[in-house]
Amino acid sequence: MTEQANGSTLTPEQMAPVTGGKLIDFMRLRHIALAFTIVLTLAALISIATRGLNMGVDFTGGTVMEVTYPDSKNPDIVRELLKSNGYEAVVQHFGSSKELLIRLPPPEAGDDSAEAKAALSNKVLDILQTETAAAKLNRVEFVGPQVGEELREQGGLAILLALGGILIYVALRFEYRFAVGAIVATVHDIIVVVGFFSFTHLEFDLTVLAAVLAVIGYSLNDTIVVFDRERENFRLLRSETPYEVMNISINQTLSRTLMTSFTTLIVVIALYVFGSEVIAGFALALIIGILIGTYSSIYVASNLLLMMGITKEALIPPAKDNAELDAIP
Amino acid sequence: MNRYPLWKYLLLIVTLIVGLIYALPNLYPSDPSVQISQRQGNDLEPALMQSLEKTLNEHQLSFKSSELNGPNALIRFDDTETQLEASDLIRETLGREYVVALNLAPATPAWLQALNAQPMYLGLDLRGGVHFLMEVDMEAAKEKAFERYEDEFRDYLRNDKVEYLGVSRNGETLTIKFKDAEQRSAGLKTLNAKYFNELQWQEQDPAETYDLTATIAPEQLQDIQKLALQQNITTLRKRVNELGVAEPVIQQQGLNRIVVQLPGVQDTARAKEILGATATLEFRMVDDTGNDPIVAEQSKRIPLGTQLFHESNGSPILLKRRVMLTGDYITDASSGFGNDTGAPEVNIVLNGKGGERFRQATGANVGKLMAVIFIETTYDEREVNGEKVRKPVKHQEVINVARIQDELGSRFRITGLDSPKEARDLALLLRAGALAAPLYIVEERTIGPNLGQTNIDSGFKSILIGFTLVMVFMLVYYRLFGLFADLALSMNVIIIFAVMSMLQFTLTLPGMAGIVLTIGMAVDANVLIYERIKEELRNGAPVQTAINRGYDQAFSTIMDANVTTLIAALVLFMFGTGPIKGFAITLAIGIATSMFTAIIGSRALVNLVYGGRKVEKLSI
Repeated sequence: MTEQANGSTLTPEQMAPVTGGKLIDFMRLRHIALAFTIVLTLAALISIATRGLNMGVDFTGGTVMEVTYPDSKNPDIVRELLKSNGYEAVVQHFGSSKELLIRLPPPEAGDDSAEAKAALSNKVLDILQTETAAAKLNRVEFVGPQVGEELREQGGLAILLALGGILIYVALRFEYRFAVGAIVATVHDIIVVVGFFSFTHLEFDLTVLAAVLAVIGYSLNDTIVVFDRERENFRLLRSETPYEVMNISINQTLSRTLMTSFTTLIVVIALYVFGSEVIAGFALALIIGILIGTYSSIYVASNLLLMMGITKEALIPPAKDNAELDAIP
Repeated sequence: MNRYPLWKYLLLIVTLIVGLIYALPNLYPSDPSVQISQRQGNDLEPALMQSLEKTLNEHQLSFKSSELNGPNALIRFDDTETQLEASDLIRETLGREYVVALNLAPATPAWLQALNAQPMYLGLDLRGGVHFLMEVDMEAAKEKAFERYEDEFRDYLRNDKVEYLGVSRNGETLTIKFKDAEQRSAGLKTLNAKYFNELQWQEQDPAETYDLTATIAPEQLQDIQKLALQQNITTLRKRVNELGVAEPVIQQQGLNRIVVQLPGVQDTARAKEILGATATLEFRMVDDTGNDPIVAEQSKRIPLGTQLFHESNGSPILLKRRVMLTGDYITDASSGFGNDTGAPEVNIVLNGKGGERFRQATGANVGKLMAVIFIETTYDEREVNGEKVRKPVKHQEVINVARIQDELGSRFRITGLDSPKEARDLALLLRAGALAAPLYIVEERTIGPNLGQTNIDSGFKSILIGFTLVMVFMLVYYRLFGLFADLALSMNVIIIFAVMSMLQFTLTLPGMAGIVLTIGMAVDANVLIYERIKEELRNGAPVQTAINRGYDQAFSTIMDANVTTLIAALVLFMFGTGPIKGFAITLAIGIATSMFTAIIGSRALVNLVYGGRKVEKLSI
């Protein structure tokens, strides 16, 4: 330890363990990465602004029903059946051709009593069972418009609060520039994941929101590990430029970054493939989040640190304290 | 170097054993079962169970076992299909005297039960059932309070012989008009003594009259709302018991909402009707001062002291404003058919106070006509200036008018109901009490029993597959150290299940997703440590030093990384409702336990194998 403190005495092997001594110059790509990040973020934001999100019933209010038929059922028939009874519904297959997902929009205010809205699913099921007696109800979700609005607000607030808490923690444990880097990287991840859901028009519901919050945790986890090594190396390596310190740190943590991303990805993919249909959106959001989170801890967080002009001095404990301590007899 | 003191090994072994014991009940799958109890809570006869068993056998519905335990009986089945068929059959056989409820009965062996080990509580998305979020109409509660005050003012002033001209309601205030200032100060004295700080008084002097206006104090308003919520929860509990549900959850959420979870309930239409129904009864005297109700209806001029109602055939009738009795005093109600007429009727029993009141009121009016009014409140929602406004609509119908033959006591019957079903529902609602303020459903989530099972199966399958893949991968990549990590990970999963079971947390589908995610992230700690050890070895550190430094230096990184994830989990827990909360809980528990198993657990294994001896090479 002590001999290292005198300056850069790391061997190439130590600097780049994964490649066996060949330091990968991650930071060389930083301008391209910056451009890519900006394009990706803008694309996500534009998609969110223009295409919007396919908000689930949790946020919009309305009714969703999942019905199982004994044999495969054409959704068009059911749609027509409901239309002839005065219900405009979106009907689609869910999981298999025997299962149908029926979405009923939140009723126009004023044309129905609140009880009638809550009883909507029962009426629709009656209609379906009159046509096919063996149709079975698997699931109903009814969310009143007001509750939907509250859930939406709470969701936004939860994301802000989580970010705020983490910002404070990182600022206390590291330095404000690290906190800014970590938060920008995380916000970037959130925007990309939400943008992905906007672009693909996949349903964005409460469980997907939970996944987005889990992505915050995961992506930070990844960023913190890289930051931790950068902080350590800034103190250790006296003669390297910040650019070099970044590169060495990223190389040193590379195998860990890949391992952890890989193990987490394995389980989340297992969840996506073998988990139930309800949880698929959740798993997908995490898959995207893990991929983008791994990228962002290198190319957004570290890149930003460099741009903000992080220096060794910022991380080395002030020498004054030591001098004072020494002066005490 | 790298040796653990004995106590650390013991701590780990004890933790593991305790974890295993408390996680074990989850391995015994719960049985779909039917729970039977008598409505009055009496013990069940063994003979009844035998006859039930015979009936089930006759219908070729096979059951696993039937247990009789005092007032409760439990019949276990192999699958939900049989359970549903059997519950319908049992309900039909036993009739209304018995509560027949669907249940998922834990199949925990006796020796585990003796240790108080129970399986996790399964959320509705895993066991099937219905979740309602109901909102209490606080405006209506306030409305009711104003009506009550209005009545009481009249009573108190009359009792103290204070002369007043009238009591009227203007928006949020009540105004009492007096002839002169003297009577007004007398009235204020009377009323102040009764209400203390409940009401705030103000004197106003418009032309000709001397007014006293009352507004409800803010604290009192809060109390009214709190009380309305509490009363509604109590009433809902009673109604749910009437419905027959095993392990219902009825909880306050926020200031004006109630969560109702009914596991196993399939007939959601009926559940909604019964839970939200606001039906109650009122008894009033028919106006006997010779006013013509038809004239009153056409001219829209209602004579003083009366109110216009309609009978079920639509004809108008004038009743006195004063209510003799409300449904609040009813302690029991049962439906039946009249001996003489064969028409549906409801037999009513009043409590002591109600009986006394009713005896007085009817005693004073023998020979006169009394009306029974059925009151039901529904809601109309309209958009006014972009704001959604709910307006209660009261449907009142005079179901019965009869001459009082004699003083009525605490037991009597009412007739004039349209159908036996109406009689049954009315009896149920009267039995369970009226709601203090109307409720409406703002959120519903229903999960069928089959979907619940599918969710459990797919959830466990993805946990198992994810778990196996990670284990294999770690083993291949880190060899012996991978095995240590795998053992630590297994211990982690066991402890998560044990903690969840011990604290009786509810496992939901997102909760399972949380466990899956934790499995993926838990090995991160081990990966960090192992990579550090490898690095130290490359730097030329001796084997034992490398192990020690690896664990030491990775620790702060692991801490920082986990604390940030924990912050996210806590925020999720604070803001999350239902499904999100479940995810947050398992994630938080998983992070906490993974720190213990991945750091201390794996270190113990490493120390056990490599510690305190000369090692040339690590299998890492």
